[in-house]
Amino acid sequence: MSGFDRSAAKDVVLSSLRELLTQNGDDIPSPFDETVVLVGKESVIDSLGVVSLIVEIEQALETGHDVSVTLASDRAMSERNSPFRSVGVLTDHICTLIDQETQAA
Amino acid sequence: MTAERQVVLITGSRKGIGRHLAEHYLSKGYIVEGCSRGDVDISDAGYTHHNLDVCDERAVRAMIASINKRHGRLDVVMNNAAIATMNHVLLTPAATANRMFEVNVTGTMLVCRDAAKVMMRRKYGRIVNFTTIVAPIALAGEAIYAASKSAVVTLTRILAFELGQWGITCNSFGATPIMTDMIKGVPKDKVDAVVNNLAIKRLGTYEDCANVCDFFISPASDNITGQCIYLGGIS
Repeated sequence: MSGFDRSAAKDVVLSSLRELLTQNGDDIPSPFDETVVLVGKESVIDSLGVVSLIVEIEQALETGHDVSVTLASDRAMSERNSPFRSVGVLTDHICTLIDQETQAA
Repeated sequence: MTAERQVVLITGSRKGIGRHLAEHYLSKGYIVEGCSRGDVDISDAGYTHHNLDVCDERAVRAMIASINKRHGRLDVVMNNAAIATMNHVLLTPAATANRMFEVNVTGTMLVCRDAAKVMMRRKYGRIVNFTTIVAPIALAGEAIYAASKSAVVTLTRILAFELGQWGITCNSFGATPIMTDMIKGVPKDKVDAVVNNLAIKRLGTYEDCANVCDFFISPASDNITGQCIYLGGIS
């Protein structure tokens, strides 16, 4: 994952989430870090919010970092433990996908 | 950087309806991005061509990313690219049917999907997907093509609901026969029979197509979505 590390990926997730919550007029949770839940009862966004967040992150990665990944796939959507369930898990998911893309290239 | 002029992407812009629409929107001051599986000889500074197959997921994604990178926006998409083979269903191989669905349905979906991701950020977009009157008139010899275009209409209606919250409208449009390469191999008596069953008994024109597209993509048409307009009195 040359030139784009896990910290940068986490920043993209958090800034995209902040923008989404602000647009929706929702409060920014505290602490605002890797523990923020994105899917399930404790989630700070609803299911459509997850869709918006995924798209926002993909676009931010592409326009801001020249990183092209598709976060949602059949595999991702069918995993028992959603790769979108929290900021931290989603960050790891992004890093895994970028590594896979890099190895495939 | 975001371009001040509206950006329109027209698939299948090398010839026929797509080519005419590219020239039409260039003349109206749009930035036009086009794509097809071959080169095009449009030499307007406002036109950029992408050589690709709309079924190629990576290529579509790269095209949309390139448009977004250069213009910072994508306002309008016209999914015109399609293939058709006219044949009796009893003589249609599976490979032909699969390829038609791949280009006409999956290709349209891929362009809509990646374009919508860009449109969402600006809360504005206009998508026009091209269908055909041969579906509602159930024209013999066109079973697979018509089925694929019926799928496009359904896809468009549902996209209208999925994307409406982001200010994106999705409509479809079915032209009457126009003398493009797609139908030049159809016997004249077959074309005449179709035309004679229309309310307006004439061939369609490129201007007819531009007229409907102008209506769908107008900023004032922000409450027109999920609709399908057919020319010639077909419904």
